[in-house]
Amino acid sequence: MATEEKIARFREIAAAAKGTSGSLIPVMHEAQELFGCLDYEVEKLVAQEMEVPLADVYGVATFYSKFHLEAKGEYQINVCLGTACYVKGAEMILEKIEDMLKIKVGHTTSDGKFSLEATRCIGACGLAPVMTVNDEVHGQLTVDKAERIIKRYMSETGRK
Amino acid sequence: MSEVNLTINGRGVSVPADYTVLMAAKKLNVNIPTLCYLKDVNQIGACRMCLVEVKGGRGLSASCVLPVTEGMEVWTNTPLLRETRRGILELILSNHNRECTSCIRSQNCELQRLTKELGVTDSPYERAEGEGGGFAPADEKSLSIARDPGKCILCRRCVAVCHDVQGVGVIQAMGRGYNTVVGTAFDLSLADVACINCGQCIQACPVGALKTKDDTDKVWAAIGDPAKHVVFQVAPSVRFGLGEEFGVPAGGIVTRQMAEAIKLLGVDKVFDANFAADLTIMEEGTELIGRLQNGGVTPMITSCSPGWIKYCETYYPEFLPNLSSCKSPMGMMGAVIKTYYAENAGVAPEDIYSVAVMPCTAKKFEAARPEMSVGALRGVDAVITTRELARMIKEARIDFLELAGADFDELIGEGSGAGTIFGATGGVAEAALRTAADILTGQDLREIDYTAVRGVKGIKEAVIPIGDLNVRLAVVSGTGNAGKLLERIKAGEADYDFIEIMACPGGCVTGGGQPIRSSDEKYKKDFRAARATALYQDDVEHEIRKSHQNPLITKIYADYLEKPNSHRAHELLHTHYTERELYPANI
Amino acid sequence: MLTLENLNELRQKTLTRSNLDDKRQETRVVVGLATCGIAAGAQPVFETLKAETAAVQGVNVYRAGCIGACRLEPLVEVYEPGRAKVTYTRVTPEKAKEIAARHIIGKTRLDEYSEELDFTGQLRIALRNCGIIDPEDINEYIARDGYQALAKALSDMKPLEVIETIKKSGLRGRGGAGFPTGLKWQFAAQNESDQKYVCCNADEGDPGAFMDRSVLEGDPHAVLEAMAIAGYAIGSTKGFIYIRAEYPVAVKRLDIAITQAKALGLLGENIFGSGFSFDIELRLGAGAFVCGEETALMTSIEGKRGEPRPRPPFPAAQGLWRKPTILNNVETFANIAQIILNGAEWFAGIGTERSKGTKVFALGGKINNTGLIEVPMGTPLRFIIEQIGGGIPGGRAFKAAQTGGPSGGCIPAVKIDTPIEYETLLELGSMMGSGGLIVIDEDNCMVDVARFFLDFTVDESCGKCPPCRIGTKRMLELLGKITSGRGEAGDIEKLESLAALIKRSALCGLGQTAPNPVLSTLRYFRREYEEHIRDNYCAAVVCKAMICYEIDAEKCIRCNLCKRNCPSGAVTGGKDVDYVIDRDACIKCGLCVSKCRSDAIKKKNC
Repeated sequence: MATEEKIARFREIAAAAKGTSGSLIPVMHEAQELFGCLDYEVEKLVAQEMEVPLADVYGVATFYSKFHLEAKGEYQINVCLGTACYVKGAEMILEKIEDMLKIKVGHTTSDGKFSLEATRCIGACGLAPVMTVNDEVHGQLTVDKAERIIKRYMSETGRK
Repeated sequence: MSEVNLTINGRGVSVPADYTVLMAAKKLNVNIPTLCYLKDVNQIGACRMCLVEVKGGRGLSASCVLPVTEGMEVWTNTPLLRETRRGILELILSNHNRECTSCIRSQNCELQRLTKELGVTDSPYERAEGEGGGFAPADEKSLSIARDPGKCILCRRCVAVCHDVQGVGVIQAMGRGYNTVVGTAFDLSLADVACINCGQCIQACPVGALKTKDDTDKVWAAIGDPAKHVVFQVAPSVRFGLGEEFGVPAGGIVTRQMAEAIKLLGVDKVFDANFAADLTIMEEGTELIGRLQNGGVTPMITSCSPGWIKYCETYYPEFLPNLSSCKSPMGMMGAVIKTYYAENAGVAPEDIYSVAVMPCTAKKFEAARPEMSVGALRGVDAVITTRELARMIKEARIDFLELAGADFDELIGEGSGAGTIFGATGGVAEAALRTAADILTGQDLREIDYTAVRGVKGIKEAVIPIGDLNVRLAVVSGTGNAGKLLERIKAGEADYDFIEIMACPGGCVTGGGQPIRSSDEKYKKDFRAARATALYQDDVEHEIRKSHQNPLITKIYADYLEKPNSHRAHELLHTHYTERELYPANI
Repeated sequence: MLTLENLNELRQKTLTRSNLDDKRQETRVVVGLATCGIAAGAQPVFETLKAETAAVQGVNVYRAGCIGACRLEPLVEVYEPGRAKVTYTRVTPEKAKEIAARHIIGKTRLDEYSEELDFTGQLRIALRNCGIIDPEDINEYIARDGYQALAKALSDMKPLEVIETIKKSGLRGRGGAGFPTGLKWQFAAQNESDQKYVCCNADEGDPGAFMDRSVLEGDPHAVLEAMAIAGYAIGSTKGFIYIRAEYPVAVKRLDIAITQAKALGLLGENIFGSGFSFDIELRLGAGAFVCGEETALMTSIEGKRGEPRPRPPFPAAQGLWRKPTILNNVETFANIAQIILNGAEWFAGIGTERSKGTKVFALGGKINNTGLIEVPMGTPLRFIIEQIGGGIPGGRAFKAAQTGGPSGGCIPAVKIDTPIEYETLLELGSMMGSGGLIVIDEDNCMVDVARFFLDFTVDESCGKCPPCRIGTKRMLELLGKITSGRGEAGDIEKLESLAALIKRSALCGLGQTAPNPVLSTLRYFRREYEEHIRDNYCAAVVCKAMICYEIDAEKCIRCNLCKRNCPSGAVTGGKDVDYVIDRDACIKCGLCVSKCRSDAIKKKNC
């Protein structure tokens, strides 16, 4: 969708939501979904359309970890660091992926392909340790298994 | 309101049912310590300093938000509470830039005071290294307000004021947990967001995290420069606040000591901006009558308050045509100093360094506006607040309270009682009514106390008969209230002929540049009312209480301006404003 | 509009059509398609089974929620007329093909792929439909007596009677502190207001907890029905479900459930013609643990930063938008309909004197049978760990069970015979919490576990009050100091005094309980703290500052894998040279151990 279309679409979303009290957060979810992140231009748009101060939008955006101010990589890798995963060595998996992608947790590779996050429990503790790549959940990980999975994605993107 | 009986520390007290425990304790002269509490503005139970024990209660409770109940037994000073408060203070101190000796708020800091009073001698914690080492950098870009995040204790009083009272909301809590800061969107400078520069956040800040952008160095430099002819103007409200900086109780009037002290700084001339207030009445009153009689845009709204002007430009640009075209009194005074005065005194305008002492932080921004320029020059070269003037006087080691006092300088030195009341909400409207009534009736009316527009209420409405006209009047202070009123006008729910709007609640006497009083002091005393009482007293003590009767005003029109709203008056004393970007920054 | 008669007709019709009960005439195949199942690859299994049986008369394949045995996912269950249910575990699409061909069509069960799940000692009330019905079909819920309780409440009971029943049942909140549910409803009912709200807390943020997710993925209508009953009881017409955005499957199923309930008139105006109207809206969280706290949750629904508010006023008086509000969590709601249908006495007869009914636990960590269980209150921890959980993998020793998430604590091995109730857990310095039960074995360092939780709390503190915002950070710094070998005498005492300060002065429940993981590990594992500080010794060989890695030359086969994988170039060696690890260069990531094919690399204290 072109930016103009996205903006028009967002205006519709905001207009429909504005009358409902407490709709700022749902609208911000939609904005992030539509634009990929909540950067200055997007938050300005949210503030304008929802008629709330920009500082409030930003305050909310920086409170909740699901909101991000910058675009994420094409593949968002989330390594679960919930208790069940942690006691089963999730940190080692995280370190391995950091090493593979040459980025630290919380960052995106320079080619914009991968973002790496440590996430709180995703509730798949029975399969600990787990990670997600975009919407796909990978469970019962070992360092080797995680490495294979990431390698697969890397080859998909033609990345070495 | 029904009364509720409770005991605090074993002493019985009866208070209205809507009281909190904190308020009830104050009635017994027990000041439960607080940091985040600001009466009527911020009552969020965040800082945990005001914890109390309640018999039968689950754990400790924040008394600032704890409603009283019948038969309640409260304890405010147990060993556990003392230990708890100290512990919390130690934690706050562990994350606070403790450069107290050189902090602007030293000795007027609520945190420092509690630290001392609650017996905390040190914080046992060290700030962890490696997280930027020190504190986030200060934001000094705004012409009016500087922010120092390292001193912020996250009490959120400023947020509540900016958001709820002023209806601006450019500062907010950002981030989460240990990384929470009070700041602006995208960590922009206050200069790059839609801040109206009113400085009410500074008034709310218990510590030195928000402060006035200091301009005293510039003024000292000008005074020290033999090539400069330094001229001061002093706004009406300053004289009703300055004394507090020297220990005078609120409501003290220090006009003459102030004039003398300024001269002792080495200033060439000191003028009373009350003169410019009178000039404003002449221009604005004439404009109003013109608009009313010729079907101009109404309601006409005053344009004295720079915080309000910026608010209007940014948030309600559709009302810009309603603004009076008059410059503010400070702007008029600046123009008059660089022209009329310069000619009379035989000084080249470019050699004059014009300083305004204002109760206001937004004036610093106003003075730099192109709309206020006088030809190629600025009308006002520097603005200092009441607090900055006090510091200059202290720095000059002048024993302020011992001064005998002096007069303002001649030519444009004196104002009327109408000028002096500009400092309180309703004052401009009242001053205008005094003059307009005389003009329209052609008489010298004696009933000139328009009490309907006095008082600290945020929105006041009145219909005042003047001659054949019934002037529908609204008086508003606080931009939050202004927003509410303008919304009602937009919705067609209200209509007026004339509206006075001041950005700061209570008007200029409680402007952002006035002495800062603690939460505790504000609880006990309404400084809006206390300073305004002095102001109306000062009005009565003036022989001349109507602007048009000020002989200096008569003289300037006769000698220089011809008549109100003349071509020359327009050139010097009027301006117009344009819409301002709500999101000015480009990232 | 649906009437009670319609509802009963629908129930009967679906029972027959879906072959849900023992009178089934056809084969019902169920695939566990909760998040765990999907993660393990159940979706292609589901599709394979559908495709393979599409042409077969009398066979229907359904999706279902969590069957309970996460470690055995993907799970497929086959119900046939007149035969015992067969459970297939770890099913792959290939296995699924075989199961379809040989069992479903060929009628021969494949013993090599099946496993009988042992539910001994378990009792399913909240989970009664999970793994059985298709959560995306309201009719299946109705077939299992769904919405009968709402019908009964609306037609036969006064609001006060509903509240009395819940009170008498002894049901207590399943999300945290265990406040009596009926009492909460009563307070809200007593407060007059033009609008009241019923909120469901589905912001299951405790790490290691997924009970609520499972209920929502497996039986979403149970929650909707209960919320409507609560609305009727307190006089509210509007409900909100606040759910984590991290639960996309649950969100989707709730969405479908709400749409279907509205379509049938089970939500909306004038339900069952009773004059009672009730509507439910979904609100997604956005990744803030603190929003599981009731006042923070409400602030978040209001569209603000999810910061808690001081209580009083309690939500029952001033909650959402300052209106009387009740908030219960998913599992609490999942019990309501059963209590209304079976009576308070029935429910009160389960469990112990002080804790009634059952509790769902998510078993995780170092335990063989990870998964979801529901046991009567009072079940001893030992039974859960050893019988249901099947003990600790690799023959390692049980060290502690962590319950209550970041607000809870660790129950040590010596207390393994404790019956699980609200009070007993509190007495042990832990809490019920929402039901995550993480098993910790001898390979876990308790100081490190405490540090893990504090790290969580610091990250998730809302930042409003200084004790939590700054205090937990200072605690974490102290724990970091201890685990990195820089601990000093007095650090434990500092931790204890800070913990006490935070407990009594923080604004909300989360802040007040944040020190619990430290306090409880200090209580039972103080020696580990002392060893870290005094001896620079980590008994579990976890804390990096105190351990090193060594290659046993005898065992090493010089395959070079460790060297190739070492991110810091700390391994040297070659075909003719012994492999060794340079201790100074080693960053102790442990990758070499996981790569080693000959078990030659050991980490040890040094």
